Amino acid sequence: MSISKEDVKYVAALARMDVPEDKLEGFTRNLGDIVHYVEQLQKLDVEHVKPTSHAVPVGNVFRQDVVKASLTHNQALSVAVEAKDGCFKVPLVIE
Amino acid sequence: MSQFETVIGLEVHLQLSTKTKIFCSCANQYGCPPNTNVCPVCLGLPGSLPVLNHQALLYGITAGLALNAQINPFIKFDRKNYYYPDLPKGYQISQYDYPVAKDGFLKIKSGGQEKRIGIKRAHLEEDAGKLVHDNMFGCSLVDYNRTGTPLIEIVTEPDLRSPQEAYDYLNTLKLTLQYLGVSDCDMEKGSLRCDANVSIRPIGQSALGTKTELKNMNSFRAVKMALEYEVRRHEQTITSGGKIFQETLLWNDEKAMTITMRSKEQAHDYRYFPDPDLVPFAIDQSVIEQVRKQLPELPQDKFLRFLSQYGLSEYDANMLVADRGIADFFEAAVKEYPHAKKIANWMAGPVLMELNDRKISINELKITPQGLVALIARVEEGLVSNLAGKDVLTAMLNGGKTADEIIKDKGLAQVSDDSALFEIIDEVIAQNPTVVEQIKSGKPQAAGFLVGQAMKKSGGRANPKKLNELITRRIADV
Ligand SMILES: [Zn+2]
Repeated sequence: MSISKEDVKYVAALARMDVPEDKLEGFTRNLGDIVHYVEQLQKLDVEHVKPTSHAVPVGNVFRQDVVKASLTHNQALSVAVEAKDGCFKVPLVIE
Repeated sequence: MSQFETVIGLEVHLQLSTKTKIFCSCANQYGCPPNTNVCPVCLGLPGSLPVLNHQALLYGITAGLALNAQINPFIKFDRKNYYYPDLPKGYQISQYDYPVAKDGFLKIKSGGQEKRIGIKRAHLEEDAGKLVHDNMFGCSLVDYNRTGTPLIEIVTEPDLRSPQEAYDYLNTLKLTLQYLGVSDCDMEKGSLRCDANVSIRPIGQSALGTKTELKNMNSFRAVKMALEYEVRRHEQTITSGGKIFQETLLWNDEKAMTITMRSKEQAHDYRYFPDPDLVPFAIDQSVIEQVRKQLPELPQDKFLRFLSQYGLSEYDANMLVADRGIADFFEAAVKEYPHAKKIANWMAGPVLMELNDRKISINELKITPQGLVALIARVEEGLVSNLAGKDVLTAMLNGGKTADEIIKDKGLAQVSDDSALFEIIDEVIAQNPTVVEQIKSGKPQAAGFLVGQAMKKSGGRANPKKLNELITRRIADV
């Protein structure tokens, strides 16, 4: 599988990253190398391997439905870049 | 008659009524000040780890079983990736290929016909936060209290054939889930939300037409209206040679029309993958059976039982079953006073009217089943008239006094005492000699006039049955 400039632009857009035009060439090559490296796995015969979603043999980890203290309002907002009216303030998402 | 067939599928999101959120121990509570029920997990802070709320899974299984679905013996959670400020982690934890339930159905009644609506799947996921857009200051404000609220998304097969069927399905689904107690299904509070997919195809064609997705409907009525609008739009577009494009549309309730979302918001590539922070779950058959045993009687079964056990009319049974609280109240009342039909009349009539007037639920009503039957018994004994009984009910609900106290306080007891009534009757007979003559000459129905007159003189307190009986007797004696 080869990576095109369009692929890089698309992935960058999904990740909300700005890729300047003059860096596009380099990123395309780098990403292509990475994908090519991982592609080695394709050579493995996995016909008899069950699909695996998790690598650790642990399951059924639950929490009981009991309320515990949340963060205080001030603690919560302390991680906000900006706050207003008790809320996290972000750039307007709908014009 | 239209040459097209309508095809509708619905996706309903319901907030589950757990005490805590789905992956953290914050309170799952509506209406708190912004950002007061948040923790590192639901804010997506680095290093925090989600742990599944056992109750949320049990509710998911409960809903799945009530929808006649298969519970997956193995489930897992996946990340649905997208960027939006109401989603602090940059992904929503949802279920992709192993949802909690699949392949079920819900029976609905539509236009007098019973119909099975296929349920494709039901999966658990977390809700997002709430955004308020502040155009004046050019910013959006985010409240993360709702983030991590457990949701179940119930997806139908494209089995619905009209907006009315979609409406009937929603009502049946809501009632079923309310009976289960897994969600309060309150659309106003946003605990029930519905998106719709709609397409049309020429009658007889099996391939589906191009569908559009409708969002932003705030009531079942709005869902129906949006679907009706969209079906008309599809028909007009296609019959005039146009083409329908697959897209997401927002319903605008004020303008009563659908509006295209900007294409930027539609560019979705969710890149689902298993959430490595959440281990998978094996659901044991014994757990499923235990949940199944605890399923309450569902509305359709209750309806049929009310018909056969109490001999109620379909109308009355429907009224009672439409609210589990009312149905329970009714059955508690019948235990106290074994006249089911009379109780049903009172419940479906005056009691329901009071509930609507006061805009409250039966649980908030200041009256017990015992209190209501005490009143009904007084009416049946003839101590108070039916009409006065309704006033007594209103007074009971206002003040919390018993029926007997109110009847006494207001002097509402009917006069059934013969000597008191004869006094009035003799007066009426003396004042209406012509009517008396008519009765004597073989027109007994004229007695009704005298009963009316006597009733007036008694200030409405005479027992009408008794009056009629005594007047007839008196005239025969004369
Ligand atoms: Zn939390």
